[in-house]
Amino acid sequence: MNKLQIFKNGVTTENPILVQQVGMCATLAITTSLINGIGMGVAVIAVLTGSNIVISALRKYIPDEVRIPAFVIIIAAFTTIIDLLMHAYTFALYQALGVFIPLIVVNCIILARAEAFAFKNGILDSTIDGLGMGVGYLVAMILLSSIREILGNGTILGLRILPEAYEPMMMAIQPPGAFIILGLLIGFVNYLSRRKNA
Amino acid sequence: MELVSLFITSFIVNNIIFMQFLGTCPFLGVSKKVNTAVGMSAAVTFVMALATLVTYLLQGLLVRWHIEFMQTVCFILVIAGLVQMVEIILKKISPSLYQALGIFLPLITTNCVVLGVAIQVVTNEYDFINNVGTANPSMMNLPQAVVFAVATALGYSLAMILFSGIREQLELSKIPKAFKGVPIALITAGILAMAFMGFSGLV
Repeated sequence: MNKLQIFKNGVTTENPILVQQVGMCATLAITTSLINGIGMGVAVIAVLTGSNIVISALRKYIPDEVRIPAFVIIIAAFTTIIDLLMHAYTFALYQALGVFIPLIVVNCIILARAEAFAFKNGILDSTIDGLGMGVGYLVAMILLSSIREILGNGTILGLRILPEAYEPMMMAIQPPGAFIILGLLIGFVNYLSRRKNA
Repeated sequence: MELVSLFITSFIVNNIIFMQFLGTCPFLGVSKKVNTAVGMSAAVTFVMALATLVTYLLQGLLVRWHIEFMQTVCFILVIAGLVQMVEIILKKISPSLYQALGIFLPLITTNCVVLGVAIQVVTNEYDFINNVGTANPSMMNLPQAVVFAVATALGYSLAMILFSGIREQLELSKIPKAFKGVPIALITAGILAMAFMGFSGLV
């Protein structure tokens, strides 16, 4: 598999949220505004790429039996680094994302990539896989959070784009909206991919 | 009285799945049958109560040694170890319970419900209770922590079992092909979440 293929795989064919449907918790919870979605996406890219690189570099030294605990510790270390960095430099975002930053540790995407890809492939390929999957995650976050922000607030990145007369659809930024909009989005992606295959 | 309102708040008003979205992956993954949903809920309830107690005490040590930044690493290790231990003990003491919960236990380590609740207890992020005047205003006290963990776990079980019942029915209904499986499950969960929002004025 060439490098471009690995990257493309993560962004489209195996998009972690829209196709594989893993790592939903944070996706549903923090996508109330575009800025939160981007922040979370970037944090996940950093942790995913970092842990993929380290796990791939150590794959010959980690015994098979204890690989899961080893993965978890490596991922937790990167999560802590991101947590502290965001606390220091982007405090407002840090507060908005709250408990979901430490929860990146248990995000299934990261452990799944460690197990399925980084533990079996070289450092360069794993880096590209981490970036690809991370960007795929970011794209899904941007899609979902911009839909929710436009419908629920009439704004995008805080800038008003719908006329004042638009009555914000409160439900879109409340919990039910998250479930329903993500459901519709995944259904739409399924529809597109079925049509392409047919 | 305060504990009762904390219980109701975390049980239904602030339901862990429908209002806070913690543990959505296993919620969608193992809710296809009522039986598995019951097994998973029981395992989560058990581990969550235990894990919250242990991490609560651990946080005391972390604060004393001024290494609070190690919180995430320590908590996840404790939870993983605890799950493993529960599995071993259960196998010895009650093989029948082990048979019932066995396959769900390893899954719990990566279930963000347990870690999420452990972190919420020590940071009290959602500020459920007006704990002004307590010694450490940022932390729940021990009875609050236990009540919070148990109520949250029960809320998780409630959501899980309700949803799995609906999903069994859903399997039999006619649904557009593109929406089969997860998409329709998400939309159903959205409608359930709307119902749960009705409780918001309760406490």
